[in-house]
Amino acid sequence: MIPAAFEYVRADSVDAALSALTEYGDEAKLLAGGHSLLPLMKLRLAAPSVLVDVGRLDDLRYINDAGDYISIGALTRHRDLETSSLLASAAPLLAHAAGHVGDPQVRHRGTIGGSLAHADPASDLPAVALAMGATIVATGPNGTREIAASEFYTGFLESALAPDELLTEIRIPKLDTQGWSFQKFNRRAQDWAIVGVATVRANGSTGVGLVNMGSTPLLASAVMDAVKSGANAADAAALANEGTEAQSDINASSEYREHLARVLVRRSLEESGLS
Amino acid sequence: MKITVTVNGVERSGDVEPRTLLVHFLRDELDLTGTNIGCDTSSCGACTIHVEGQSVKSCTMLAAQADGLELTTIEGLANGDILHPMQRCFQENHGLQCGYCTPGMVMAAVSLLDENPNPSETDVRIGLEGNLCRCTGYHNIVKSVLACAAESNGASK
Repeated sequence: MIPAAFEYVRADSVDAALSALTEYGDEAKLLAGGHSLLPLMKLRLAAPSVLVDVGRLDDLRYINDAGDYISIGALTRHRDLETSSLLASAAPLLAHAAGHVGDPQVRHRGTIGGSLAHADPASDLPAVALAMGATIVATGPNGTREIAASEFYTGFLESALAPDELLTEIRIPKLDTQGWSFQKFNRRAQDWAIVGVATVRANGSTGVGLVNMGSTPLLASAVMDAVKSGANAADAAALANEGTEAQSDINASSEYREHLARVLVRRSLEESGLS
Repeated sequence: MKITVTVNGVERSGDVEPRTLLVHFLRDELDLTGTNIGCDTSSCGACTIHVEGQSVKSCTMLAAQADGLELTTIEGLANGDILHPMQRCFQENHGLQCGYCTPGMVMAAVSLLDENPNPSETDVRIGLEGNLCRCTGYHNIVKSVLACAAESNGASK
């Protein structure tokens, strides 16, 4: 399978990437690791006329302790997240989940910025970003702005990024983590999650992100509210499908996905230490 | 567009369309047909090569993205007639049936041991989750990788 023809522009700096986005507008797509976009292009489900390759922007490949938060450059690869000692201690949920994206070959190429910006509800890391209350930094012609992960996802494969903006950094708050859990239910090892759940309990609150339970990555708000009000894991998990719009597809009916969400949220809350 | 890559230690250039996939560049332009195309959807791993020393599925990378980078394909593992230890372990342990997945399996296995020189059987099975063998010959593939790891560890002690 060969993608439809496109023009290829390699950006050697953030400024060059932004100039290309300004020049080509809606016609352009950003290419990072390519492990979400290229499969879509090969299936001709996406056919951008210009690809702006930001994959060589090594300045955006870092994991740093920034005081109150961990700053992660958008071009940081899943393998870097998986093996980071800083993340292992400061954000173990993210390091663990990154180690469950795709397979080793995918993790050698795929990037956190690409995964978050692609906005696929079936991806693992957006649910983690939601659960942890991450902040996404977008850089555009007029400078940078911060977007809360909870405000970032606007529709199927759509995010709050403007066409002339580049996702440059992800900020993960340093949480006093009491417990965390990542549940990924799939039929085969390397598959996308049929349903996934990312939970972190920290600083007196509980964040629960859902994978593949609607057209966007979702927060399980009803579950989080119930836990906050003192509900136990079983009672809170019973609300896991509230506010979701799970799709039916070849892997699962929407009813089955709702069932999985309730089961996996309960496991996730219990593994995080909630009784 | 013109690209230049270093494949198996040799600098090679070519003129490609931006949409040319790396696996097609290797096979059709450079005549390195050891890298197979299986599923063409980044599921099966038959097209696994090393990019800058790490396993990558070459069906899910543009040739343009590889410009200036160092690549290793299955043809680059052996030293003349002397097989790479992983190739020899696959041979000695009969780590193949039809052989179609083998180049990708070997390349993924070499990358796996680079990252984890002393894997358990479970580590090997999980580490090779991106490579499918449709003969279902996994048992001897895992045995081959474990044998190679044991041999390398023995040699370094």
